[in-house]
Amino acid sequence: MTSSVEAPGEEHRGHRRRAEPDRSRAASPAPEAEIALEVAGLSHFYGVRRALDDVSFAIRPGGFNVLLGLNGAGKSTLFSLVTRLYAHRSGTIRVFGVPLDRDPAAALSRMGVVFQQPTLDLDLTVEENLRYHAALHGLSRAEVRTRIAAGLERVALSDRRRDRVRALSGGQRRRVEIARALLHEPRLLLLDEPTVGLDVAGRQFLLDHVRGLCREQRIAVLWATHLIDEVGSDARVIVLHHGRVMAHGTVDEVVGATGTPSIRAAFDSLVTPAESGR
Amino acid sequence: MTDAAAGRVLIGHGAETASPLGARHYFRCLEGIVRREWLRFLRQRGRFLSALVRPLVWLGIFAAGFRFTLGVSIIPPYETYVPYEVYVVPGLAAMIQLFNGMQSSLSMVYDREMGSMRVLLTSPLPRWYLLSAKLLAGVAVSILQVYAFLAIARLWEVEAPWYGYVAVLPALLLAGTMLGALGLLLSSTIRQLENFAGVMNFVIFPMFFASSALYPLWRVKEASLWLWYVCALNPFTHAVELIRFALYGRFDPTSAAVVLGCLVVFMALAIWGYDPARGLVARRGGSE
Repeated sequence: MTSSVEAPGEEHRGHRRRAEPDRSRAASPAPEAEIALEVAGLSHFYGVRRALDDVSFAIRPGGFNVLLGLNGAGKSTLFSLVTRLYAHRSGTIRVFGVPLDRDPAAALSRMGVVFQQPTLDLDLTVEENLRYHAALHGLSRAEVRTRIAAGLERVALSDRRRDRVRALSGGQRRRVEIARALLHEPRLLLLDEPTVGLDVAGRQFLLDHVRGLCREQRIAVLWATHLIDEVGSDARVIVLHHGRVMAHGTVDEVVGATGTPSIRAAFDSLVTPAESGR
Repeated sequence: MTDAAAGRVLIGHGAETASPLGARHYFRCLEGIVRREWLRFLRQRGRFLSALVRPLVWLGIFAAGFRFTLGVSIIPPYETYVPYEVYVVPGLAAMIQLFNGMQSSLSMVYDREMGSMRVLLTSPLPRWYLLSAKLLAGVAVSILQVYAFLAIARLWEVEAPWYGYVAVLPALLLAGTMLGALGLLLSSTIRQLENFAGVMNFVIFPMFFASSALYPLWRVKEASLWLWYVCALNPFTHAVELIRFALYGRFDPTSAAVVLGCLVVFMALAIWGYDPARGLVARRGGSE
């Protein structure tokens, strides 16, 4: 069941791209260019096992989108395909109109990623980790200095800049990973189960911070989780189950379409019949 | 607004992002990867020490014992009889590079399991370039280790002519890159860290012992013809001979050709292995 498609967004008023390099559809006019991430007809197999089945959705700038699914639903596979760790063989993925398979460089440079596993070098300092990421994205030294200072201030870690990552708590490491993912100023931020292993305060900080990025910087966010608590009332939800999109839309739309009283009940109703039918 | 001269482009809210295709981007990326490898090496002091201690144990103990049982006759590039320590040093230099290549392989499997490989592979530059840069970063570290070892080997009176220390640099670069490419290839085929023990048993030890690192091939031929064939076909033998000749200011074209050929094959297979569309990592689902 698909409850709704994207509502034309008031989200992206005044945020048209000023210019783009001459790459494929990058210079296309609105509204297409204003879709931050478009996934259409995406399927993926590991051998004969189908991990994703005809997945389609679109997210827009400024939107906090929750990819909600149980463990094994296909969230990490979807992240691997969208970040081009593996190439997709069927369907299309576009990042701000740029087809990922045709121009991965342009698409990847527009996205920031926080992976489920910790990906910082524990033996390097916070600043060295950020500098490494900046180098991978080709930032100049002058840019790196100012962006690292601003990024760490945003996540309240300026005073830990010269500390080795090993000395940081789990929550602090996650905050460094978010600062790192934003260093090259992407307009699309992907987070795969970012709150795993964090305490309540750490989780709340992260959620508030990322929601703030959507509101204030109009960044499009795709936040994968299996925790329904992380779906705020302002979020758009994509329910993924056994590799299929069961519903997507605003919380109200998904709740309304399932005829349930809450998003938790809606989620249960969407995954339980499929569970029992297997 | 694009500023082609600076290789930059403005997107969205005036956010300035480096063009992913600019030459500067490639250079900064290489610089960043080498710096990271260097910092990791410096911070992991145990790694540096073990990289030095291993060949020194061979030189100080194994070679001291062997010098009285194994005479080395006059063979190129040597112009006279040489003590066993002198013979074994190029082989031990290559051993440092072999272990370093495999260590890089191990760290890539570890990185893939732990996720930090994803940071590299999801950055915008082409994957072949990222892997090559990572390979070169590892080779740079191994060359430094070899020079430290060669300096300490002078305490055993193993002294090459001064120009040999210069001439050996390109040889170390080529041999180290070939061995690193082999490590890269292995890392694309090894799924789990636990399987790395197999690499020790089935790759490092056979390559090292079935080579000219510890004994000249004519000695091997006297002992066993089939073993001689194995040694002669072993790419590591040619890495050793390339380094041995270069250390005495000589060039061994056969070894250079074999090492270069193996480098091309190993690197091509490694890039295929990591290719998101076709490679082994994609087929198996990587670390998931």
